Amino acid sequence: MKLAPRITRSALAVGGVAVLIASLTGCSGGLGGGSASTGDKSVTSNSDLQHDTTITLLTGNDPASIAQGKAYADGFHKAEPKVTVKIDGSKPAGGDGDNYVKTKLSTGDMDDVFLYNSGSLFQALDPDKTLQPLGNEPWVEDVDANFKTTVSTSKGFYGAPVGTSFAGGVLYNKKVYAKLGLSVPTTWAQFLANSKKIKAAGITPVLQTYGDTWTAQLFVLGSFANISAADSSWAKQYTANDASAKYAKQPALEGFQHTQQVHDLGLLNKDYAALTNVNGLKELAEGKAAQYPMLGVVISNVQQSNPDQVNDIGIFPLPADNGADTRLTVWEPGAAYIPTSTTGDKLIAAKKFVAWMNSSAGCAVQNKVVAPSGPYSISTCKLPSTVNTVVSDTQQYVQQGKAGVALEFLSAIKGPNLEKILIQVGSGISTAAQGAALYDEDVKKQAQQLGLSGWN
Amino acid sequence: MTTTTTQALPPASAGLLRQRYRPRTRSAYPMWFFLPAVALYVVFFAIPTFASFYFSLTRWTLFDTTFIGFGNFVAFLQDPQLINGFVHTFEYGFVTSAAKVVLGFLLALFLTGPVIARGYLRAVIFFPVLVSTIGVGIVFKNLLDPFHGMVNALLGAVGLPQPGWFTDPNMALWTIAGVDVWKGIGIATLIFMAGIVAIPQEYYEAARMDGASSWRLVRTITIPLSRPAMATVVILSLIGGLRSFDIIWATTGGGPGFTSDVIASVIYKEYQAGFFGLSTAGNVVLFIVVTAVMVPVSWLLNRKQVDL
Repeated sequence: MKLAPRITRSALAVGGVAVLIASLTGCSGGLGGGSASTGDKSVTSNSDLQHDTTITLLTGNDPASIAQGKAYADGFHKAEPKVTVKIDGSKPAGGDGDNYVKTKLSTGDMDDVFLYNSGSLFQALDPDKTLQPLGNEPWVEDVDANFKTTVSTSKGFYGAPVGTSFAGGVLYNKKVYAKLGLSVPTTWAQFLANSKKIKAAGITPVLQTYGDTWTAQLFVLGSFANISAADSSWAKQYTANDASAKYAKQPALEGFQHTQQVHDLGLLNKDYAALTNVNGLKELAEGKAAQYPMLGVVISNVQQSNPDQVNDIGIFPLPADNGADTRLTVWEPGAAYIPTSTTGDKLIAAKKFVAWMNSSAGCAVQNKVVAPSGPYSISTCKLPSTVNTVVSDTQQYVQQGKAGVALEFLSAIKGPNLEKILIQVGSGISTAAQGAALYDEDVKKQAQQLGLSGWN
Repeated sequence: MTTTTTQALPPASAGLLRQRYRPRTRSAYPMWFFLPAVALYVVFFAIPTFASFYFSLTRWTLFDTTFIGFGNFVAFLQDPQLINGFVHTFEYGFVTSAAKVVLGFLLALFLTGPVIARGYLRAVIFFPVLVSTIGVGIVFKNLLDPFHGMVNALLGAVGLPQPGWFTDPNMALWTIAGVDVWKGIGIATLIFMAGIVAIPQEYYEAARMDGASSWRLVRTITIPLSRPAMATVVILSLIGGLRSFDIIWATTGGGPGFTSDVIASVIYKEYQAGFFGLSTAGNVVLFIVVTAVMVPVSWLLNRKQVDL
C-alpha cells in the first residue's frame, strides 16, 4: 500500500502537518454523513470516566512531531484533568514507519491514539479489523465530506482530521518574478519561457534537490490534478489496469517529460544531485533560485530558516502542456486513529482526546504548533486571520475550483521506485519514455501485491 | 567460517585440525546438556527459516496471507532491477576483494618489516575496522559532498577537478567500493601479518645464504607461504562484498537512481515497500545463491587444508 507514500510522509516529517481543502469538489461525497457512521453508540464519548486514566499517543520520531504531540497532550490535560496523555515518539518516517504501524496493529501493541496518513496508506491498515469506528462521534458532522472518504471504508468511518491540507506545485520567489516582470505561467511553454529569462538574469530557474530523493517526484505527483482535468476517469482506469491509463501515454507522460526537459535545457541548479530540501528552500527564500516544484507544507521550514522572507514565496500549479488543464494538486490532512486494542476507560479517554483535538481549544493549539499550509477539513477549526502567501495562494486556487486531489486519494496504487526512476530521468541517466515504461512495470508489481483484480 | 580462519595458522597446526576426523569416542557429558542450545537454535533459527520458505509463497500484508504459489519468485526474477543489482553485486564484490588482497598484502609486508612506530601504524591501519559502518558512511558522505565537502574543497584549492563522488552515476559504486576498502583493509592486513609472521625465519636465512635479493625473498618465500592467509582474505572479503548493504545504504541508498543498487538493497527496498512475501522470496533466492557459492568454496578450502 504504498500509495500515499513517501512524498507525503517525508513532507509531514519535515514540515508539520497537512490538511484538507474543504471546498475541493472534484471527488467523493458518497460517503458523507450517516452511511459512514457505524460505530457502537454504547461506548461513545458520552460516558464519563470514573478514574484517572493514562493513554499514549504515537507520533513521528522527528522533533517537530514530538513537540506537536506534547502540545496536544498538555492542552488536553488542562481540559480533562482526569486523563494524562503520554507521548510515544517512536514512529520512523517513510516506508519504515508504515511497517512499524502495521506491525504494532497486527500484534495488538498499538498506542491508544496514533497519527497517520489518510487515503491509500490508511486503507492498507485493514481498518475494519484493526481500528475503532468513530462514525457516531458528535464531531463527525463537522468533517468535510471529501475528507471523510479518505478515512472511511465501505463499512465505517475511522479517523479525525489533524492539521491542514496542503498543495503540491511550484513554489516561486515573488520578488524575483516582480523584478524580472514575469507573470505566473499557465502553460508549460510559458513556464519554460519564464525560466529562460530567469537564467539570463543569472538566477537559478528551477531547483531540484535529489539529496532528499522524495523531492524528485513533484513533476509527476504534483501535476496529477492536470491529468484528472484532462481525463476525469484516469484514476479509475489506472487502478483497473486499463491500457489507456498508463504513465507511458499522455496525459500522464507529461510529468516525466517535464522532469527530463528541465535537465536537458540546463535550467537546474548545478548541485541538483546533492542539494537537500532544506538548503534548496533557503536558496529559494534568498532569491538565489526562482522556482522549486515542491509541497506547500514545507513552508514551515522557511519560517524557521528565513522568517523574514516567508511571504516572498508563493505557489502556482505545475503547468500542463495544455493550459486549460492546469490545476493545483491538493493533499488531504493526516488523521488521528484509535486501534481496536484500546478498550474500556482508555477507549473513552482516547475518544475524548480525539474530539478535543478538533474543539476550539484543540484548533488553537493546532494553529499555534502546526504552521497551517492550507484550509482545515473540519468546520470547527479556522485558519488564523493572517496566513502566509503560500496558504493564501492555495486557498485562491481552491476557491476558484482550479484544484484537484492527489492520486493517492483516488487510487491505492503507487510504485515504490518512482523517486529513483525520476532521479534517473532528471539526471539524464534515462529518457522520459524509458522512465515512464519502467514505472508502469513498478506499478504492476505494487498492484499485484495488493491483489487488485485485473493485474494478473 | 571457523575452518577458513584457521587457514592462516602455520602448517604445524594442521595436525590438530585433523584430529576432528577421528572416530568419536564416548562423551563424558550426557546428551541433554545439548538441549538448551538446540532449543534456542530451533526457535530463533530453524523455525524462522522454514517459515520464510512458506511466506515466500504468499502475498503477505502483515495482517493476513494469501497463498499464491510461485508468483513471488516469478515477479522477483522478472524485476528490471534484478540483473542490474546482480551485476553491481559481483563488480563490487570482486573489486573490493581484489583491492583488499593486494593492498592488504603490501601493508602487511611493510608492517612486518623493520619500520619506525610499527605498533602505532598497525593500530592506525586497524582502527577503521572498529568504527560503525553506518558512521563511516555518513562521515564519508559529508567529506565527499561534491559542493560542501572537505575533499572537494581541498581539490578545488589546488586547482584539481572536483568530481561528484556519490552523485555521478558513473562513479558512485566505485566511490563506495573505495570507502569499503578503507574500512576493511585492517582485517586483511591483520590476517596477512599473521600469515607472514608464521613463516619460519630459517627459510629466509637459507635463501639469504644463497644470495637471494629482497624481492626474490618476497616472491619465492613470502607470497607462496602466505597463500593460506590469502585464501582467507579472498573468501572473507568476497563474501563480505557480495552481501554488502549497510555502507551502500548509508552513502547513496543505491542511487543516484539505481546506479549503485546491489541485490541486498533491491530486496531491502521491496521490504520497505511493504512487499513482504516478495522480499522474502528474494531472500530465499539470495540464500540459494550464497549457498551455491559457499559450498564449493569451503570444500575447496578444506581440501587445501589437507594438502598442507
